[in-house]
Amino acid sequence: MTTERGVVDDLDTFVPRVVAQLSEGARFCGLFASAQGDAATLLRCVLAQDGHLPYEDTLVPAHSAGFPSLADHTPAAAWYEREIHDLFGLVPLGHPRLDPLVLPLLREETPPRPGSGSERAPVVIDTDPLPAHLLGEGVFTIPYGPVRSGVFESIEYLVETPGEDIPHLRTRVFHKHRGVECRFEGMGVEDGVLLAERTEGVASVAHALAFSQAIERIAQVEVSEGAAVVRVIHAELERVANHLDSTIRHTEAAGQAVAYARLSLHKERVQRLRAQLCGSRFGRGVVVPGGVGGPLRLESSQLFAAIDKIERDVRSDLRLLLATPSFVDRIRGTGLIDHELAASYALLGPVGRASGQNEDVRFTRPYAAYMRLGHQLLDVGEGGDALARQRVRNEEIAGSFHLIRQAIDRLSSTDHREWKRPLGAVSGEAMGWAEAPQGEVLYLVSIEDGALVRVKPRSASFHNLAAFHASFPKDILTDFAFIEASFGLSIAGVAG
Amino acid sequence: MPWIPQGLREGIVTSRYPHRPDGYGEGFAGSLRVRPDTYDAVGVDEAIALCPTDAIGRPGRGQVRLDRGRCILCGRCVDICPDVFELDPGFETSTTDRRTLVVPTTDEDDDLVEAMRRALHRRVRVLRRSIHIRHLDAGSDGSEEWEVAALTNPVYDVQRLGIYFTASPKHADVLLVTGAGAAGMRDALEHTFDVMPEPKVVIAAGTDAISGGLLGSGYATAGGVAGSVRVDVFVPGSPPTPFGLLHGILTAIGLLGAPGSSASLRRGADGPASPEDPPVEVGP
Repeated sequence: MTTERGVVDDLDTFVPRVVAQLSEGARFCGLFASAQGDAATLLRCVLAQDGHLPYEDTLVPAHSAGFPSLADHTPAAAWYEREIHDLFGLVPLGHPRLDPLVLPLLREETPPRPGSGSERAPVVIDTDPLPAHLLGEGVFTIPYGPVRSGVFESIEYLVETPGEDIPHLRTRVFHKHRGVECRFEGMGVEDGVLLAERTEGVASVAHALAFSQAIERIAQVEVSEGAAVVRVIHAELERVANHLDSTIRHTEAAGQAVAYARLSLHKERVQRLRAQLCGSRFGRGVVVPGGVGGPLRLESSQLFAAIDKIERDVRSDLRLLLATPSFVDRIRGTGLIDHELAASYALLGPVGRASGQNEDVRFTRPYAAYMRLGHQLLDVGEGGDALARQRVRNEEIAGSFHLIRQAIDRLSSTDHREWKRPLGAVSGEAMGWAEAPQGEVLYLVSIEDGALVRVKPRSASFHNLAAFHASFPKDILTDFAFIEASFGLSIAGVAG
Repeated sequence: MPWIPQGLREGIVTSRYPHRPDGYGEGFAGSLRVRPDTYDAVGVDEAIALCPTDAIGRPGRGQVRLDRGRCILCGRCVDICPDVFELDPGFETSTTDRRTLVVPTTDEDDDLVEAMRRALHRRVRVLRRSIHIRHLDAGSDGSEEWEVAALTNPVYDVQRLGIYFTASPKHADVLLVTGAGAAGMRDALEHTFDVMPEPKVVIAAGTDAISGGLLGSGYATAGGVAGSVRVDVFVPGSPPTPFGLLHGILTAIGLLGAPGSSASLRRGADGPASPEDPPVEVGP
């Protein structure tokens, strides 16, 4: 992010400019900061409207006390502002509740300020609990995490409860903060894409896509058709694996042993198929800036046969699962997110789509080969509960198989030789995006002479987890596991 | 009721490893190796220079050596210099000594690892039949958790070996740690280790847990978890495969690697292993 284009220095007009766009129907995508040298910080609010990503900038000078908070106008901004506060030491003035989020530092520590390119010493994290926020009589706090019962990524939930209801919940994600954004600085694009894959490992393909497409936009290079089609196949297999994973967690919580075994067998088969296609069970090394690492390592006929078997098994098990009353009863009405709440947090992915937020950037801002492939729009009832989210995932799995089949057809109909196009030592800045299984992944990339200056990955997990606390209107402690599984998020993408 | 026939549809899909070799696992290229006695191949210096995690070295311009504890399997060195680097099929790559992750190993290394294996073997002799594992994420990218969770799917089904995941560290024999050693997890990691009863074994699962991987040492990561806890077994891989993790767990509890132990396991109730035993069909 450089200051060359369209920066309005005036902090005072920043909020009105953003609010004007929101009132015209723009969707809040995120608020991002970038250090400009030693002193000033550039703030960029990205919005989405009609297939475009307009943004509003402002420069926060070094001597400034902070910047005006957007959280009163869009609650979705609250987490972004807390993240900026942690990483840059800037105060969002008027923020409703400025608890640390991704990096609670002791007072004397220096924040890392991504984009500054400075040397950073190891930090000491202040792991003291947050001040209690107990409301009402007989309410107590159950700290859940960061080491949790089962194989989970580390996260801490502070559940404030009188016994059963969950009137208030707070989420602490800093435990596994790894400093990914700063690690990008100075890397070349070939190393950068490897780090993008590891920003959120279960969505490696989507992150590599969003990063690479930003680089390709800067270099003004379009990938070959063969490469675009291969990208689609891997991205859709990643979606199937992730949606199965979320369903597996549901069945595990519901004690559906056979369904758990069946679905986890299907997921293993998907992972093995991905490894057969590229060598990695997570599709790593497939997407590279300029194209893909190489052709698929299976013949079309073998791939068709594998897809046919997996789809048949998955479809029959998912149909049976949604006809199993002891399962459906656990997720019907659970974790209800009404349309108004979903709109105010601008929720992404299956969580958003189950509550009326329909944007899917594969089709609204198409990339790779999606504009050349047919798809059906979802019709799932938008009930807003965990059951609706499960239905969205089931439909998306079917849609993914449909897309994969068309993609294989395109791949086998012509002779593709060119997999990667040269980029050269590029300079500039751009955004890249991709629809990960969790929702839209957004990358803000700035590069000079082939060396990355600033990379800001924004995972859908970060954006959606901000609304997690609000999804317990009528639910009790035993619903917790279902609601968490129905969000289907990865904490690595949240903590950064 | 309709789930009963559904559950029987596929027959047995479970691998028989470690009692018998697993055809799929042995064919999967889960690590890289250096061809022996390769010195001045074209591109070897370029491959060393371009390795994103500095996993390749060439001490004294002699034998090229690759550190699997740092390798993230990007395959760049194989593309640049296929005369020296190649994919290595198989998954039995975990070890009790960090130094022996550097391949090719030397005879001294092999003696050393044998001694360490014996010591570990003595320490965990009482465990064997019922192993409880506490998993802990110390800053992973999330993919490691998928592979650890896969151990309970019907293909790997570690419960058939008396291996269980437990919620409480106080019930745990094995601490399976993933992730690059995030600063925010240091206290939780040390505390979890402290409350586990003796004898206890720590597994660093994955390149990130061993060396920090691509993140290395930064302001928020410690270049792996060995600075916080004493690591007994190292499982390379980015992420490690379920078979790789299973091999690491079996190594940790002394069921593999010690003289006679592997053979005794393979002689189990299923009778002697035969080379004709077909691998169980799981992959598409």
